[in-house]
Amino acid sequence: MSIWEYANPKRFMQTSAWALPWAIGLTVVLLLVGLVWGFFFTPDDYKQGSTVKIIYLHVPAAMMAINAWVMMLVASLIWIVRRHHVSALAAKAAAPVGLTFTLIALVTGALWGQPMWGTWWAWDPRLTAFLILTLFYFGYIALWAAVENPDTAADLTSILCLVGSVFAVLSRYAVNFWNQGLHQGASLSLDKEENVADVFWLPLLVCIAGFVFLFITLVLMRTRTEIRARRLSALLARERVA
Amino acid sequence: MKALLLRDLRLAMRSGGGFGLGLAFFFLLSVLVPLGVGPEGGTLARIAPGILWVGALLACLLSLDRIFALDFEDGSLDLLATAPIPLEAVVAVKALAHWLVTGLPLTLLAPGLAVFLNLPAGGYGWLVLSLLLGTPALSVIGAFGAALVVGLRRGGLLLSLLVLPLYVPTLIFGAEVVRRGAEGMALATPLALLTAISLGAAALLPFAAAAALRVNLR
Repeated sequence: MSIWEYANPKRFMQTSAWALPWAIGLTVVLLLVGLVWGFFFTPDDYKQGSTVKIIYLHVPAAMMAINAWVMMLVASLIWIVRRHHVSALAAKAAAPVGLTFTLIALVTGALWGQPMWGTWWAWDPRLTAFLILTLFYFGYIALWAAVENPDTAADLTSILCLVGSVFAVLSRYAVNFWNQGLHQGASLSLDKEENVADVFWLPLLVCIAGFVFLFITLVLMRTRTEIRARRLSALLARERVA
Repeated sequence: MKALLLRDLRLAMRSGGGFGLGLAFFFLLSVLVPLGVGPEGGTLARIAPGILWVGALLACLLSLDRIFALDFEDGSLDLLATAPIPLEAVVAVKALAHWLVTGLPLTLLAPGLAVFLNLPAGGYGWLVLSLLLGTPALSVIGAFGAALVVGLRRGGLLLSLLVLPLYVPTLIFGAEVVRRGAEGMALATPLALLTAISLGAAALLPFAAAAALRVNLR
């Protein structure tokens, strides 16, 4: 029994069919608890008022936007090295989800930035890096859509994902050259004494867990759809030959 | 390889448009920006480094799809793929040819256009040096993008979408070198990083581009 058994689409379909209801349930419970707790049962910040509560959407979405790209990178590597189709399809399935998270982070950031910073958008290093990440997502999805042969598309997008990752990291540090920017430092980190104050921190953790399971749920669903679509086209092709 | 380089250069010079288009675009941009922004010297001096670098980048972008598309259509790319030289070398030579007909002329043209944009006197040397060191990265990254989309019917728009985010670090460091040079500040760090991007891209991206070409020629 190894992880590679899930490279078999049939095994993957069986396991994911079992796992999906759990993932959906966890997503709903965690997001409901986290968001209701965060929105209605935490105090307003003494400086930011109630606008601080957008943190429960903004931070998890931004984290998952980056993690989704990392997941695509790993899946692309697995496809290049071991040529498991489920892996390529999972990367394809994750891209629009990651793009949506990126857009959520950008939009919630703008909504918060307007009253707090007095501007919807600033060319701050973090914001700029996220805009570039958005472009990478668009390019990746567009390349999947443009290439007709699925294996060719998987190969080309994997190569793009690898090269793009390097340049995304480069860009992240290149934009630091302008200035330190408006954006506050990391909200959460493992090596700091205190992060966000505890009243905000606990519901935030629940929300992050909720977003992680939301991502898992959506990627599982979309990968299952992709596998079914692949099977369908195989059936159609066989029928045409017969 | 030398024959391939000469062939590419000759094709670029003769086919008309491919060679001059980028330069003409660069020229037009540098003339139009002052007309649009207004003739005030201080403003122009401040935006000159960025405008010149953006102009060079976009001019480079214009001719990217010609790197492989024409050879792909008439089948000579298949011949090159089966030729005794490795495909990685073909990519490197084609990127070099692209740089010789776009990056290098752009670099030479840039100081003349910088006069229009009122670039401070200290910036000219750094402008030429930064373009000389940075435009090879644009050509190599562009060759990688062109290799990705070579099999597609209308790859042009997709090519710009794919290549634009890849160009970001080069643009930032390149424009930063010129800006700091124009203002007389220390610029060793961005200059070193710009050179590093060019060298790293030239060393590694031909492999990625050749892998993409092999996929597309399958």
